[in-house]
Amino acid sequence: MARIIVVTSGKGGVGKTTTSAAIAMGLAKKGHKTAVIDFDVGLRNLDLIMGCERRVVYDFVNVINQEATLNQALIRDKNCNLLYILPASQTRDKDALSLEGVGRVLDELKKDFKYIVCDSPAGIEKGAHLAMYFADDAFVVTNPEVSSVRDSDRMLGILASKSRRAELSEEPIKEYLLLTRYSPDRVKLGEMLSVDDVQEILSLHLLGVIPESKSVLNASNSGTPVILDEKSDAGQAYADIVARYLGENRPHRFIDDKKGFFRNFFGGK
Amino acid sequence: MSLLDYFRITKGGSASLAKERLQILVAHERSSRNQPSYLPQLQKELLEVIRKYIHVEQDAISVNFEQDDNQETLEVNIVLPDIDTKKTKNAKNT
Ligand SMILES: Nc1ncnc2c1ncn2[C@@H]1O[C@H](COP(=O)(O)OP(=O)(O)OP(=O)(O)O)[C@@H](O)[C@H]1O
Ligand SMILES: [Mg+2]
Repeated sequence: MARIIVVTSGKGGVGKTTTSAAIAMGLAKKGHKTAVIDFDVGLRNLDLIMGCERRVVYDFVNVINQEATLNQALIRDKNCNLLYILPASQTRDKDALSLEGVGRVLDELKKDFKYIVCDSPAGIEKGAHLAMYFADDAFVVTNPEVSSVRDSDRMLGILASKSRRAELSEEPIKEYLLLTRYSPDRVKLGEMLSVDDVQEILSLHLLGVIPESKSVLNASNSGTPVILDEKSDAGQAYADIVARYLGENRPHRFIDDKKGFFRNFFGGK
Repeated sequence: MSLLDYFRITKGGSASLAKERLQILVAHERSSRNQPSYLPQLQKELLEVIRKYIHVEQDAISVNFEQDDNQETLEVNIVLPDIDTKKTKNAKNT
């Protein structure tokens, strides 16, 4: 059975697209045929992060409007032949996506793919609603920062009440916390909410912590999902997350400060 | 709490303040999220009825819905005008 994963947050700029690209690549690398869909109509960016921006011919809206077939619009990833990208449209028409149309495209994808990753736009408006509506699992991307945590909580409320599963009183969407842009050294100094703090507030199952990392910008500069940078901390964190999601038991990393005990103790930085 | 943690707190980081504020806010937002949708209308109509008999301010009435594991309670709070209000108002005006 195919599973639909929504990568969502409420707040903008927290790392949804970075995460969507990384986990979609991770799932495909593990041998699962995966599609990743950009729901950010008007602000297409997933194509850039995946490095396929010059191969976009048709998009999600073309498929919904039946101006192109799904096979014409799906772009096969250059690094992994089990991964396909469905880019967003650059139209400024907010109503370009319809619930019925999105449902139809997802149903078609479900016949052929194991995982369908939906990269949600920010906010709680129509685009974000459509991205989460059909989901089986939700990856709630949160930064250790007050407004992001609050918006994540709001998004949890929406997942629990406005999704297809909620409306049909089916088993609820499985929700997972992905805490990203985490700086263990700042947590140690009491300057940043810790993973325990955020978990206590949101009471969500922690899928993983992604550290604040220079490798993320490097990856986006070159158009390769950061998970392919196997030496980087963020890449390894995403690989752990994919493995845990698939049921492997991996201890959490990147939560503790690697710098020496004494340096911190004496206030050195 | 380890000795090390103790030193860290005295460093005066703002994370604990963030946590405290979030806990209060999130609890508040969650409880209002579960409120039935008829609540604002109920509040408005109650106010109209009460105003037929007593002159109360717009914000004198609050309707709270609470839910725990085995019961739902609707709490209606009406603040009646202070008997002295008129006097104090008059006093202020003179
Ligand atoms: N772990 C990280 N370390 C450092 N920078 C990061 C990390 N994760 C994301 N970023 C940076 O944060 C910015 C926003 O990331 P991204 O585009 O993935 O967020 P988004 O949630 O998809 O944004 P939007 O809401 O606009 O769609 C980017 O510049 C990205 O490089
Ligand atoms: Mg994005």
